Amino acid sequence: MSSYLLSIPVICALLSSVISLGAKQSARVARIGSFLLLGIGGIVAAYTGFYVLIEHQILTQDIMLGLPWMHWHLRLDMLSALFFIIIGVVSCAASVFGIGYTREFESTAYGFMPLGFFTGLFVAGMLGVLIADDALIFMIGWEIMSLASYFLVTFQHTQAANRSAGFLYLLMAHLGGLAILLAFGILAGMGSGEFNFDFSFNDMRDHSNITPLWANIAVGLSLFGFGMKAGLVPAHAWLPEAHPVAPSHISALMSGVMLKVAIYGFMRVTFDLVSTLSLHWSWGVVLISIGGASALLGILYALMQNDLKRLLAYSSIENVGIIFISLGLCLLFHSQNRPALASLAMIAALYHILNHSIFKSLLFLSAGAVLHNTHERNLEQMGGLIRRVPYTAFFFLIGSLSIAALPPFNGFVSEWLTFQAALQTTGLQSGVLRTLIPFSAALLALTSALSATCFVKLYGTAFLGQPRSKNVRHAHEIDNGMRVAQGFLALLCLLLGIFPTTVISVLEAIPHKLIGVELANVSAEGWLWLTPISPGVASYSAPLVLLSIVTVWGLGYLLLHDPKKSRISPAWDCGFGGGTPRTQYTAAAFAMPIRRIFKPVWKVKEKIEEQKEITLHSKRIDYKLEISDRSWTALYLPIAAAVNYCARTLGYIQTGNIRTYLSYSFFTLLFLLWLIT
Amino acid sequence: MNIANLSHYEQAIFVLSALVLYTSFSMLAQSRLFNLINIFAWQGTLLGITAALVAFISNQPHLYISALLTLVLKAWLIPWMLRKQVMRLKLQREIETLATPTLTSLAGVGLVIFSYYIALPIKSLSNSITRNTISESLAIVLLAMLLIITRRQAVSQVVGFMAIENGLFFAALVSTYGMPMIVELGIAFDVLVAAVLFGVFFFEMRSSIDSLDVDQMNRLHEVDKR
Amino acid sequence: MELSLFANWFLAGLQTLLLIALAPLLLGWIRACKAMLHNHSPASLWQPYRDLRKFFRKEVVVADGASWLFRATPYIVLGTMILSAGVVPLVATDLPTAAIADVIVLTSFFALARFFSALAAMDTGTAFGGMGASREMMLSALAEPAMLMAVFTLSMTANTTNLSSTIEYLLQHGLVLRPSFIFAALGLMMVAIAETGRIPIDNPSTHLELTMVHEAMILEYSGRHLGLIEWAHQIKLMVYGVLIANLFIPWGIATTLTPEALGIGVLAIIGKLMILGVVLAIYETTLAKLRLFRAPDYLSFAFLLSLLGMLSHVILEVG
Repeated sequence: MSSYLLSIPVICALLSSVISLGAKQSARVARIGSFLLLGIGGIVAAYTGFYVLIEHQILTQDIMLGLPWMHWHLRLDMLSALFFIIIGVVSCAASVFGIGYTREFESTAYGFMPLGFFTGLFVAGMLGVLIADDALIFMIGWEIMSLASYFLVTFQHTQAANRSAGFLYLLMAHLGGLAILLAFGILAGMGSGEFNFDFSFNDMRDHSNITPLWANIAVGLSLFGFGMKAGLVPAHAWLPEAHPVAPSHISALMSGVMLKVAIYGFMRVTFDLVSTLSLHWSWGVVLISIGGASALLGILYALMQNDLKRLLAYSSIENVGIIFISLGLCLLFHSQNRPALASLAMIAALYHILNHSIFKSLLFLSAGAVLHNTHERNLEQMGGLIRRVPYTAFFFLIGSLSIAALPPFNGFVSEWLTFQAALQTTGLQSGVLRTLIPFSAALLALTSALSATCFVKLYGTAFLGQPRSKNVRHAHEIDNGMRVAQGFLALLCLLLGIFPTTVISVLEAIPHKLIGVELANVSAEGWLWLTPISPGVASYSAPLVLLSIVTVWGLGYLLLHDPKKSRISPAWDCGFGGGTPRTQYTAAAFAMPIRRIFKPVWKVKEKIEEQKEITLHSKRIDYKLEISDRSWTALYLPIAAAVNYCARTLGYIQTGNIRTYLSYSFFTLLFLLWLIT
Repeated sequence: MNIANLSHYEQAIFVLSALVLYTSFSMLAQSRLFNLINIFAWQGTLLGITAALVAFISNQPHLYISALLTLVLKAWLIPWMLRKQVMRLKLQREIETLATPTLTSLAGVGLVIFSYYIALPIKSLSNSITRNTISESLAIVLLAMLLIITRRQAVSQVVGFMAIENGLFFAALVSTYGMPMIVELGIAFDVLVAAVLFGVFFFEMRSSIDSLDVDQMNRLHEVDKR
Repeated sequence: MELSLFANWFLAGLQTLLLIALAPLLLGWIRACKAMLHNHSPASLWQPYRDLRKFFRKEVVVADGASWLFRATPYIVLGTMILSAGVVPLVATDLPTAAIADVIVLTSFFALARFFSALAAMDTGTAFGGMGASREMMLSALAEPAMLMAVFTLSMTANTTNLSSTIEYLLQHGLVLRPSFIFAALGLMMVAIAETGRIPIDNPSTHLELTMVHEAMILEYSGRHLGLIEWAHQIKLMVYGVLIANLFIPWGIATTLTPEALGIGVLAIIGKLMILGVVLAIYETTLAKLRLFRAPDYLSFAFLLSLLGMLSHVILEVG
């Protein structure tokens, strides 16, 4: 029975998109029905993933569809099972959230139908990528995913910004798709001597006669293709444009899950289809440098954003960078023949993939709740939401703590594992690597400290202080479904942070499958103690950390709390007092010291205009701050200009004369006929 | 090789060599001329002590002489001359604006790693216990060159030049326990003469282009840029 | 077996309590040293305790815009600080609490406390709170890599990030002159000074509006809340002091749990901390506070020192 589990979630997702076609007849039924089906699909997907990961049983299925010599090969192994779980959990939460969140779209001009239809397709496409066991299904799933998400990005199509973001996204997705297709072509064509038209992954795994050169080219192409989709620097510019403009539960799916599907593709090619041993060791260094650059630039750009969802999108770039640092460490240790450390680094990467998908979805859903309430995305207009929407504020706080890598939440565990892997360089032969790897760890430390700064800025300006605009002042609490979805993800953040040994013992199956070694000592001292290398080297006990903090809090509260001895009065503010919402520290002001220190990173346009009275007092001061991404001017615009130039140059063969066009075909035909003789 | 297996004297050489490297870095980040010269003097002092220590461990009495020579010349005489010239040129309050001190220091760190990578094959040729420091001496030379490139002030460039010589002396010291005495004496004399010559050169430069900023010499370019 | 396990946990708790109890005394000692260097007659060593007692007795005034976060923060901050006090080996090494967290977790405890203090500072919606939070987060963002780099240098030598194991490794090898340790120690000291809000980064004894960092964050706190935060801050200073003292001069710490060894351990750590206090007082007296935007230079210098420590470990010590 179990092999049917593979296709049930896909079918559920497709059905959900079909149901939403009926939105014209009854919007309410279509909305609830389609999200219900999506949620059921999510639960089944998560169950299937757990089944595979825990029972170590690989599910396969051959469907007699497609071309007679090319059946559809479906397969769910340990690696894809983890991502299956991620999609399941996040799409479940997104559908619970979506029921309430999309209600307001019913009455708008956009309607629910396209939203529901493409959401289902989008999830089905991602699931298709994961269960694919041949390049054909993989590419079909990949393209469905890309196209459906394009329509979701441009869902609110009346705004020009959304359309141009969507176009950019489509362009980048297809460039990436092309590179991935070429990578599969190389693996299929060069792998098994003769070129047979069976693109199954099984054939590719049989890499007995692929030369290291071709293997390296394939990995390079897949790094380009998947890295573009994952938002690695410098090909990241589409991501902060596209992710924020989709409806928030879709942003959660895109940032939380779609980026992970791209990472899955990269891991599938690099660790499974190509033998890792035929790869040059410098790929590790390449991944670490690209990952490090993405992490640092991602968070620095995030710090400068004042749009809530754009900030979250940039922070996704940072987290993908962290994941790639771990993957780079994994490749490096593997090439230096240290499989135990390689599997530690891989577990760190997988753990961070899992964590990021949970807390980033949580943050996007909470941002959606804020947006739903206030119709405001600009941080400078928010403030004081903790008193207006206490639940959302609480869940957002947990998400922020997790993403800032603070104990005892989940983000910390994966980062700690990465640090542990990076510190085990003593055994490496090359002294240069021994210095570079700790340096990358220091970079990681800088990134995580900056992300704490970034989320203090976000939380402090949006949720704390006093409301800065009318919409925000009149915000009200959201409905239960949206709260439950956020609460579920927040609980997962805490659980994943407190029980790392349990999570790792499940995740271990993946490096065991791909590298062949599992960590011997993770829970050498029992489930309470996480000891990735050995108990003497490093240990961390998240349950005890939580227990101690709660105990001290409780004791302090019991001993010291005395309601009689407290009084409420206006803020003292060093004697100045009487502050208005306008005198609060703004988000831009908060980030100013960082802006000054890392000045060359951004393209900053700062303009201060002052009008003075006769007495030389300022009458009015205008302050304008524009911060743009350097990758636009350095990379995108020159490429766009070059493409335009080529197009114009080639333009002159477009005569517009039909006989000329026919003669083109004629001469091409002649040439081809000559070629085959 | 494990440092814990060495004697404390040998460990002290390592500590001293690390401190010499540190002085190179602090020269790189120093914007005041007087402090730069002071650090240069400290580097000379550390070099002298290192030479004396190497002489003690390896039982090579002639190294005591070079230690003494280094102390007198590089820790005292040349810094003294440079200081006097700075006073006479009234440059003591001058602060050189360093564009990006942090980036320059990070580039310096890159140079250290690079010289470590370069020196690996040389290291395997040497038997001395101090062979680990060869890459450091190379790094000192490269850092001094970086100092020369990043400075405009002619005096700082001269300090950089002298620091190159320090690096070479250090290399000779740790790889082969010093050069033959006669060569060392010759070099010491050369450096001294160079210091005097540079002094004359400063005055000439000042009187002809009214500044010690070497970028001003761009004006001597033959082609008229207009 | 069961009994000794219980005794170990009991001793660990006792050690933690000792650290917490001694923390105000260390501050009193530093203040006394500074006063003497300034030719003042020093206040009593027990003054910080009296201050704390006064804070705990006074009533709390909460700003009217503040939320639950503002009230919860002092408890969370003190909780994390006590937890970090439990992790650091003060008198003896082989205690069970040291395994709860290694040195990387320790730095993130500090980060957790800082995260909440910064949020609480922004909660009241005053300009000073936001200013303090922004500056504190900026400084810590730059200090964290320097701190971790220094720590990495140590842990690469000892091949562990566990504080107890590191100290035991160092004791085992006796006196070894490691150039990397000198740099790491200097780097760590500079970071400690920045992180605990001392001169030249922040001045703990003024409330000058434009220069304060940490004080600006806790401006709105009063009564027992202020007392908790001040105490937590004293514990943080103490934890850094113990960290530096026991990592770089580990001798004297008890490796066995006999009464004599423990007694020597207590005396040793008190002696080391007294010396460190004097050093800190001299350092603060001779330096002036830096402008805020010179602080990045200071911290990048600390990072450079730690980086040099790591380089000299790789180049000189392992070869």
